[in-house]
Amino acid sequence: MADIIAWVTSPAFIAYASIVGVVFMGLQISAAVMVYAERKVAAFMQQRLGPTRVGPKGLLQPVADIVKLLFKEELRPKAADAFLFTLAPIISVATAYLAFAPVPFGAPTTFFGLLDEPMALQVSDVNVAVLVIFAASSMGVYGIVLAGWASNSKYSLLGGLRSSAQMISYELAFGMSLATVVMVAGSMSLREIVDDQQGYWFGFIPQWYIFLQPIAFFVFACAGIAETNRAPFDFPEAEQELVAGYHTEYSSMRFAMFFMAEYINMVTVSAVAVNLFLGGWHGPFIPPEYGWIWFLIKLAFLLFCYLWLRWTLPRFRYDQLMSFGWKVLLPLATVNLLLTAAGVLYFGL
Amino acid sequence: MLFYLFAGTAVLGALLVVTQKNPVYSVLALIGSFFGLSGLYVLLEAPFVAVVQIIIYAGAIMVLFLFTVMLLNVPREDAAEWDRTHPLYRPMAVRIGGGLALLLALELGWALWRTAGLGGGVADEHPAVSSVAELGRVLFTDYMFAFEVTSILIIVAMVGAVILAKKREE
Repeated sequence: MADIIAWVTSPAFIAYASIVGVVFMGLQISAAVMVYAERKVAAFMQQRLGPTRVGPKGLLQPVADIVKLLFKEELRPKAADAFLFTLAPIISVATAYLAFAPVPFGAPTTFFGLLDEPMALQVSDVNVAVLVIFAASSMGVYGIVLAGWASNSKYSLLGGLRSSAQMISYELAFGMSLATVVMVAGSMSLREIVDDQQGYWFGFIPQWYIFLQPIAFFVFACAGIAETNRAPFDFPEAEQELVAGYHTEYSSMRFAMFFMAEYINMVTVSAVAVNLFLGGWHGPFIPPEYGWIWFLIKLAFLLFCYLWLRWTLPRFRYDQLMSFGWKVLLPLATVNLLLTAAGVLYFGL
Repeated sequence: MLFYLFAGTAVLGALLVVTQKNPVYSVLALIGSFFGLSGLYVLLEAPFVAVVQIIIYAGAIMVLFLFTVMLLNVPREDAAEWDRTHPLYRPMAVRIGGGLALLLALELGWALWRTAGLGGGVADEHPAVSSVAELGRVLFTDYMFAFEVTSILIIVAMVGAVILAKKREE
C-alpha cells in the first residue's frame, strides 16, 4: 500500500499523469477552438463578420455551442438499432483520442529540473507509432459506417457507405506515403523520425522531410484530408445530396461527439504531418526545451490550411474522387515508394 | 493476468460471432475477437504483428465484410425457418463440425504432449523476431517460398473475383 502511494505521489508519475491530462483536455479544447476558427475563417474569406454576439469578438461562441448541445433533447429514430446507434459515436471519439496517443509534441524535458530524468512529451512512445496511428484511423471508419447503418435511414446509410468506400480507397495511398517516410528515417517511432530531421542543409534549409519527400507530403495531405472527411473530400456528409450524411439522425451530445471526433482527427493528422514532414518541434530561434512552441505554431498553420482549403475548393464529384484516389494518388505514391527504396538501397539516402 | 483478459476477449468474441442472430453483430464480435488476439501478440512481444493484425484484419477486411453484410441486407437468421427449408443442412453441419472439433482437440493434445510443459520448448527453437527489419529479412529469405505462394494465392483470388464480377458479354 505504501509502495503504491509513494509511486502515485512521485514526481515522475504526476508529470506523466499531467501529460495525459493535458493531451486529453487539449484535444477537447482544440475541437472547440477549431469550431470558432472555422466560422471566423469562413466569415473572413466570404467578407462577413462571423460570430460576434457572445463575448468579445464572439470568443465565447464555442461555450454557448457546447451548452446548447449538452441540453438539447436526444432523439433516436424508432427503427434504429439502439445499441449500435449509441456505440457508433463512442467508437468515433475513442479512436480519435487513441490515434493521438503515440504522437510526441515536444523534446524530452525535465520540467525545469523538477524531474531526475527527462520525460518525453507524449502519452506513449511506441516503437511502431506510425502503424498505431494508421490502425486507429482505420478503426475510425466503423464509427461512421455503424452510425449510417444503425440510424436506419437512407441518407445515413448512403453517407456511411460512401465514407467507407472513400476511406478504404485513400487508406492505401496514406499508408504508402507513411511507408516512404519510415524508409527514409529507418524507424517507425515518431520520436526518432523527428530527431532525424534536425540540422540544416547549406546552413539555412532545415532538414525536414517535406523537402526530401515533397511527393509523399502531397499524397499524405490529400489522403489525410480524405481520411478526416473534410472538404473537398467531404462526401460522407455532402449537405446538398445527403442532408447531413451519416449523422443525419443524430442530435444533442451524440451529434457533438461526431464533430469532436472530426476535429480531433484533423488535429491528429496535422500533428502527424508536423512530425513526419515538418521537423516536429525543431526550429530556429526557440531553445530546444521550448520546442513545443514550434510544434504548436506548425500545427496551427496546418489546421489553418485545412480551413483555407475547405472555403476555397468546391467538392469533387464522386467519380472524380474515386478516380483521383485510385488512378492518381495510388500510382504516384507507389512510384515514389519504389524510387525512395532504390535511393535508400543504392545511395544510402 | 492480462493473458486471461485478452484470451477471454478473443474466445468470447468468437462465441458471439456464432451465436448472434444479427449478422452485423457477428461481424462486430469478430472484430472484438481480433482485438483480443492482437493483445495476445503484444504480450508475446510482437507489437508489429499486433498492429498489423488490427490494420489488416480488424481495419481492412472486416470493413469489407461489414460493407457486404449491410449492402446485401442479410435478414436475421431464424433457426426454425432454416430447418424447414433446408432439412439436410443441420445434421450434416453437426457431423462435419464435430469431426473438425475432434481433429482440433487431437492436434492440441498432441502438441501439448510433445512440448511437455506449457510454453517451454517452442520459444527456444525460434528466437524472438520482434524488430520490423529482422522480420522483413526473415520473411524474404527463410520464408521466401511461403511468402510468394501466399501472394500468388491472393492474386488468384483477386483475378477470380474480377472475372466473377464482370458482366457477361453476350
